[in-house]
Amino acid sequence: MSAVGQLGAASQSAAPPPVERSGRRMTAYLLLLPGGLWLLLFFVVPLVSLLAASLYDPNGSIENGFSMTWHWQNFGTTMADYWRPFGRSLWYALLTTAFCLLLGYPLAYAIAMRAGRWKNLMLALVIAPFFTSFLIRTLSWKMLLSDNGFVVDALQWLRILGPDGRLLATTAAVVTGLTYNFLPFMVLPLYASLEKIDRRLIEAGGDLFAGPVTTFRTVTLPLSMPGVVAGTLLTFIPAAGDYINAQLLGTPKQRMIGNDIQRLFAAGAYPTAAALSVTLMAAIVVLVLIYVRRSGTEELV
Amino acid sequence: MTSDLVLTGISKQFAGHRAVDNLDLTVPAGTFFALLGPSGCGKTTTLRMIAGLEEPTTGSIRLGDDEISGLRPYKRPVNTVFQNYALFPHLDIFENVAFGLKRRKVKDYQPKVEEMLGLVELKDYGKRRPAQLSGGQQQRVALARALINRPQVLLLDEPLGALDLKLRRQMQLELKRIQTEVGITFVHVTHDQEEAMTMADTIAVMNRGLIEQLGSPAELYDLPATTFVANFLGQSNLIRAKIIGQSGEDLVVDVHGRKVIVPLARCRVTEGEVWLGIRPEKVFLAPADSEDGDGSNQLRGAVVTDVSYVGVSTQYLARLPWGQELTVFEQNTGAREAFSAGDAVDLHWRPAHSFLLDAAQDALAGVEDVD
Repeated sequence: MSAVGQLGAASQSAAPPPVERSGRRMTAYLLLLPGGLWLLLFFVVPLVSLLAASLYDPNGSIENGFSMTWHWQNFGTTMADYWRPFGRSLWYALLTTAFCLLLGYPLAYAIAMRAGRWKNLMLALVIAPFFTSFLIRTLSWKMLLSDNGFVVDALQWLRILGPDGRLLATTAAVVTGLTYNFLPFMVLPLYASLEKIDRRLIEAGGDLFAGPVTTFRTVTLPLSMPGVVAGTLLTFIPAAGDYINAQLLGTPKQRMIGNDIQRLFAAGAYPTAAALSVTLMAAIVVLVLIYVRRSGTEELV
Repeated sequence: MTSDLVLTGISKQFAGHRAVDNLDLTVPAGTFFALLGPSGCGKTTTLRMIAGLEEPTTGSIRLGDDEISGLRPYKRPVNTVFQNYALFPHLDIFENVAFGLKRRKVKDYQPKVEEMLGLVELKDYGKRRPAQLSGGQQQRVALARALINRPQVLLLDEPLGALDLKLRRQMQLELKRIQTEVGITFVHVTHDQEEAMTMADTIAVMNRGLIEQLGSPAELYDLPATTFVANFLGQSNLIRAKIIGQSGEDLVVDVHGRKVIVPLARCRVTEGEVWLGIRPEKVFLAPADSEDGDGSNQLRGAVVTDVSYVGVSTQYLARLPWGQELTVFEQNTGAREAFSAGDAVDLHWRPAHSFLLDAAQDALAGVEDVD
């Protein structure tokens, strides 16, 4: 049995005939083809058209059409008009990421290290919200935080909120909604990287005179950094572009850049909307590059 | 500065099974001590309780006059070389070795780390990551990382298990050299009897949560106390026999109708049914009826059934008239003649090389059931 296996392995490791090798390479390309075509059609083409739209003449309209005038000023004028929601988006996304990390790390740690036989159930509960749509969940938050809802009643009764105090239509409501919606994207990568840590490394920390807190700081946390980086990216990037939470839980004062982009597209101001989108995309790419470079995750694996 | 490690009445109960059962053990300061046993015998659990990674269900662990069993691991003057080393993958070799000193806020630790890396011959490797080192080098880093803290007791959990045979032999000598050099008590857990015999001053053979026997390697090998030790440390021929009398300082034993003698000092039981034990290399083969017993024990009428030539020695199987086969190792010195399968032979040995064990014990206990 094992002799046969070895023979098989030996003949495989011997140089295969060239025909077979080129055949294998063809197979690899064939496997790439569907995904590649899909990306070309639905990612590259729209991206190019978005970039192009951001440089159209802003005086055009849907009825009369837009002409390509390489109007770079689009970026300057839109930022002059929209720097507030733009900055607000990044700020809300940052707050959301911070809250998700604060809530998600202990949760992921508990599931990975302490949950024992409850581990699978707890993971299922983390994923459970995905069984309902994003929109429905955010609408539920709207009801939950509404002025006549029991949360507001309870807080008013406890005098934490004044008699006219409200939760809905505040910055807190928008950030809470964002945090809720993106928490699983933080917890899952954190869980995956904490789960992977060899328990003996934590024991070794204790054995080498590090108390529980020091062991966490010097061993567990550094080893979970790939999860922290992945989780913060998966939270920050979509949160920065989100507009549902601001629309349902906020007021125009809590407007995020996504709301403006969506409104401008709907109103047919394609060049402006496209320029905002491109700027947001570029800003996120730059921030992510700096962040990944700074946190030095490539050394961690 | 170093003191004896004393375990008193230590038990560890896990859900459904007792890993360590009321164990008493004294490890004298400055010795190389081995806990030897098959997997699941409780040796690693014992080690982890000394390290503080496992809480004993009952009992006390003392280091000199200090009770340490209640202390958290990081409060104990004990360090561990983990199985598979558990080196911190996110730190370089220098930082791995410096870890304990930095946690204890030792000032000016750099020269100490350099010196320790020198001791384990890894001076130029400080900037590398653990993953960039070979198994043997990682093993030495793990040793340096523990030793640099000058623990009172160094615990080694199967430290050489992941190395190949040649490297393992080399590291055995290395570990022994380092232990002699630093004079720290080493407690070494292993399932490899050869490893334990090579390095340890004292070996405790463990089985099912209990210590079967404790002594120097030579004592354990020469005069095993139980069938488990007789089989686990090397090999033994165990022959069913019955004590029928005493003559001077010897006991007279009946082996299927033939009389042999065993010195009284080598008998664990003095009456009734027994196992007569004899190591394979202590048995000599002679052509049938060629030699008279000059005070040696003899079993006549055996037939060679199998011959394996292994270079340094030849291993024979000799079938006795009642069907039992004994293993016999003959050194290939050239001084004695070789036999072939089918030859009629007599077996003889010196009485001082045999031993008697309680017949109530399982003759197959400890026979190569190790992984």
